[in-house]
Amino acid sequence: MSSTGVTARASVLPVYDSARRGSRVIDEARALWSYRSLVQELVVRDIKVRYKRSVLGIVWTMLAPLLNMIALTLVFSTILKQEIRNYPVYFMTGAIFWAFFSQTTSSAASQTNDSNEIAKRIYVPRSVFIAASVGVGLVNLVLSIVPLVGILVVTGFPIHPTWLFLPVSIVTIVLFSSGVALLLFTFASRFSDIREMYLVLVQTWFFLTPIVYHPAIVPPRFRFALWLNPMYYLIQTFRKPIYDGVIPSSGLVAASFALSVGVFLTGWVYFCHRAEEMGYRS
Amino acid sequence: MTTTAAVRLENVSVRYRIPRERIASLKEYAIRRLKRRLMFDEFEALRDFGLEVQAGETVGVIGRNGAGKSTLFRLIARVLPPSAGRVVVAGRIAPLLELGLGLHGELTGRENVMLQGALLGFSRGEMRRRMSRIVEWAELEEFIDAPIRTYSSGMAARLAFAVASDVDPDILLVDEALSVGDERFQIKCHDRMEAFRQAGKTVLLVSHALDQVRDNCRRAIWVHEGRLVRDGDSASVAQAYHDWSVGGAALPPVIIGRR
Repeated sequence: MSSTGVTARASVLPVYDSARRGSRVIDEARALWSYRSLVQELVVRDIKVRYKRSVLGIVWTMLAPLLNMIALTLVFSTILKQEIRNYPVYFMTGAIFWAFFSQTTSSAASQTNDSNEIAKRIYVPRSVFIAASVGVGLVNLVLSIVPLVGILVVTGFPIHPTWLFLPVSIVTIVLFSSGVALLLFTFASRFSDIREMYLVLVQTWFFLTPIVYHPAIVPPRFRFALWLNPMYYLIQTFRKPIYDGVIPSSGLVAASFALSVGVFLTGWVYFCHRAEEMGYRS
Repeated sequence: MTTTAAVRLENVSVRYRIPRERIASLKEYAIRRLKRRLMFDEFEALRDFGLEVQAGETVGVIGRNGAGKSTLFRLIARVLPPSAGRVVVAGRIAPLLELGLGLHGELTGRENVMLQGALLGFSRGEMRRRMSRIVEWAELEEFIDAPIRTYSSGMAARLAFAVASDVDPDILLVDEALSVGDERFQIKCHDRMEAFRQAGKTVLLVSHALDQVRDNCRRAIWVHEGRLVRDGDSASVAQAYHDWSVGGAALPPVIIGRR
């Protein structure tokens, strides 16, 4: 090796040819896989930067749902007098699963500008930024299981063996959230007001989903609306194993999985066909 | 297929569609769409551009601001697909277009090296292996675990150049990167560029400093309003550009690529 650190290398050169192109859907998947270490770095960066100058650091991730839970428990169990057995557990199982969805999708919608700054200067598959949003959400989801277990222990709630079902629920919500994130990212890179619109929408959606309240309080004539809400199914696949101690019915699991795969594929295909023209927006 | 060319552009055009009025929101878009008042201007950043750079060449790119130099680099760096024509690039590219792209002030030098490496497509293991050599070259051993918001701009540039040039590219795209840092660093950069050339790497250099082009490159191209107007040895192209931009000499006829 020379003193300047430049080495001659004899290997097959990677060739980029703008005229030779395969399926965009497959090319983007391959590119994302080969840039997986960038996804990892972006996730690490996001988490490190967020807690870099704070005293409590990563504890915030666990504290936030806990404080939320206390406030909502006060409001919904004392003021509204809902009869929900062990409300803190009921609420938290819904809330942390919802938080994963809303954080992942809003972060994807919010980072079109930052990612464009990078992707218009250096070649990276744009899907890495969405994958990173999902990655950050997953880290937070796993971390917020810690305070959930804390609440279970403190309130003497049993930890059922049905917890073993949770990986299936998590894979399902990851697919669903990724699909929504891909669609939002693609829209938001065209129109800057998509982000604001989505933030309002997601707030409303939260209250339309039985997270803070029990579906039983929904009047029968509005019950059908619950079944039109995909997050209702998805949250049940998470809440039932933890809160009810049962494995969700195969019908529920199949429906939510099929829906999530459908949303994911729609998002992926749409994103891949629009990814190239994003380079033309400055 | 000729594979000796490191970079080949065949009749490449890049057209940007610029809305007459900037429409950034969906609401506005919908209103305009309904009123059928969506107007676009087309801006051709590059027109029918042909260029072939052989592996191992060092080529300077000169031209006024907005002439299409950056667009040319973005095509080669693969961040922009051509609107028409074909771009073929053989080899791994290290763009030194924007030194310090993606650097994050709150992260330490070491964390930033990992991130920069990942942006260039390297794995974590590979970057860890290269780390000590990068840090040593940048002469930042003492500061590498401090957040880079505490660095001077010269230090940050040193770190970024060290990463980008350590990744063993076949093609180096340099955009006036050598004008940062102190004299000692500039000499180091120059030496490393020289080493690149001797190792048979291809270098493309955009610069407004004609001396830098003359010193570093044997060949130069002049881009004007999206067209290639001169292609030849760097001294004569730099001279022609100088005469035109300072002395008002007539523009030479367009060359549509070399075949």
